[in-house]
Amino acid sequence: MAYLELKNVYKTYAQDDTGTQVLSNINLSIEEGEFVAIVGFTGSGKTTLVNLINGLLTPTRGQVLFKGEPVLGTSHERGVIFQNYSLLPWLTVGQNVYMAVKEAFPKEKKSVLHDMVNTYVDMVGLTPAINKRPKELSGGMRQRVAVARALAMKPEMIIMDEPLGALDALTRGNLQDEILNIWEKDKRTALLITNDVDEGIYMADRIIPLRPGPNATLGPEFAINIERPRDKTELNDDPNFKTTRNAIIEYLMEIGNERRVETEEAYVLPDLSPKNFVEQF
Amino acid sequence: MKQSITLGKVTRIIGLGFLVTIKDLFTGKMEREQFKDFLRKFIVPIASIVLFIGLWHMGAKTLYNIEASYKVDKAATEQGQEAADAMRACIASGDVSCQPNTLPSPLQVWESYKSLLRDHNSIAADKRAFKEKTAALNAKRLAKGKDPITYTGRPSFVDQIFTSLKTVFAGFLLALFIAVPIGIVIGLSKTLRSSFNWLIQIFKPVSPVVWLLLVFMIVKTLTKDSNSDSAFIISFISVGLCSMWATLVNTAMGVSSVDKDYINVARVLKLGPVQKVFKVILPSSLPLIFTGLRITLSVAWMVLIAIELLAQSPGLGSFVWEEFQNGAIDSNSKIIVAMFIIGTIGFLLDRMMLTIQNMVSFNKNDGI
Repeated sequence: MAYLELKNVYKTYAQDDTGTQVLSNINLSIEEGEFVAIVGFTGSGKTTLVNLINGLLTPTRGQVLFKGEPVLGTSHERGVIFQNYSLLPWLTVGQNVYMAVKEAFPKEKKSVLHDMVNTYVDMVGLTPAINKRPKELSGGMRQRVAVARALAMKPEMIIMDEPLGALDALTRGNLQDEILNIWEKDKRTALLITNDVDEGIYMADRIIPLRPGPNATLGPEFAINIERPRDKTELNDDPNFKTTRNAIIEYLMEIGNERRVETEEAYVLPDLSPKNFVEQF
Repeated sequence: MKQSITLGKVTRIIGLGFLVTIKDLFTGKMEREQFKDFLRKFIVPIASIVLFIGLWHMGAKTLYNIEASYKVDKAATEQGQEAADAMRACIASGDVSCQPNTLPSPLQVWESYKSLLRDHNSIAADKRAFKEKTAALNAKRLAKGKDPITYTGRPSFVDQIFTSLKTVFAGFLLALFIAVPIGIVIGLSKTLRSSFNWLIQIFKPVSPVVWLLLVFMIVKTLTKDSNSDSAFIISFISVGLCSMWATLVNTAMGVSSVDKDYINVARVLKLGPVQKVFKVILPSSLPLIFTGLRITLSVAWMVLIAIELLAQSPGLGSFVWEEFQNGAIDSNSKIIVAMFIIGTIGFLLDRMMLTIQNMVSFNKNDGI
């Protein structure tokens, strides 16, 4: 049985079933220890999909199963890294992480919890900034705090919703490596939502494109058969990388064009001509 | 990590940034651009103050002349030319008995201010003397289990200020303890919000005077048997009730409009309901709550004067009213002194709240 499974999931934000569906007929299964990436255009319903999996939303129809059990709400077993870091601005870096750790391990002693906070803050390289507030940090540092906060709860599965979307290319690369290092250390199951095909190929075992909404649904999956650890510079010359990348991009372009054709409407203009004023004078 | 506390940082939080410019002037760090800044922040305000006083002086003088010529004309028509000449001479001599009663000039106000201070000093000396005189007697009375004798003489102007401040803070605390908890509860529940909404909308615009009468009706009955100071109780409760609405509305709004991202974080971390309120919802609505409290304090100070005036509670309001009733030659200028003092204290109270507000607030996008 799959570790995480979505069966015929539909999601609509309207009150009844008749409204436009954001997601329709989503089927997905992820095995334990796998790293899966979902790629899609902005506004294609990626965040909705993530919220269904982490338990913030419930599907209108269909089932989300985690280890065979239906997902009814949020759980500490599934850690989430949000698109917009969502740190609490009135708490310092340490306090932000501490709050998560305290909730995840309510029975541990304070000193143990503080040690855990220090370990995870150190892991993302923010020990010098542990007493700073989010506003004193750069975007990349903030996202690292969010990573530390999610990982410190020791989740069994880690869900990332465009975690690096708001960062510049250089910081992005560094954080990709950091997340991969952490993932490889204890091989947690990971789901990455992204709009960057290269990022998906570099990090994931499988890439699944999301056909854009309304009625967004998952496309055919692409397996990435590139050995880990992957090297970014070598990756560019890897023929395997090139073909997969081209295949995915071609697929996305195709649905992008399809969408454009679908939305094209003929606008019937009224048959009007300007009045001839000259004759009146 | 400790942060260095500099003059610049402190003054910026208090909202008196121009002090840094003055410091730069004296330490010789002034550049051309900064000099322009200095002109704008320091010279221009001073010039405007001078202009204000000048206009006031001229206006007062004009009013004085109108009033004086009216008096002379009146004497002439009623009692003849001789009486008019006598009146003119009397006014010119500055005699107290025939001074025109009108807007006092800045100089008169300044004199009144000094005389109020003198008055305060003499009353304070009186009080000290009284204390010394009754010290031995009071010790005896206390030993016998009787109440000590207290000074019951006329309060000085400064005493009135402190009485007013006491009333305003009592009212403010009352507003704080009523409005913040209710605001939080209302903010959390949509049902309560809609059921309380009519009440808030109707009572919010009610005038301070009506609140006073309402409180008077209730407190009068409740304090019938006790000999406590019901004027003080009535005035501080009315101040609290008048001023609490801004805090109530702001708290409810702050609590009900917490950023969805923070709520999501709370849900993902699986915080319990109490923890969610105290660790996420309250901290994130603190800036709005403090904005409300700041408005509450300034409204409290503003209505206080009117309420004291009507409730016969001692304080600046009753000082103003008594001076108006008194009709002494310097009453008008004492009222103007009270006006400036009230304004200055209101400004200082507002700055105090602004400082606290700046310390607790954060930028909405800081964590996102």
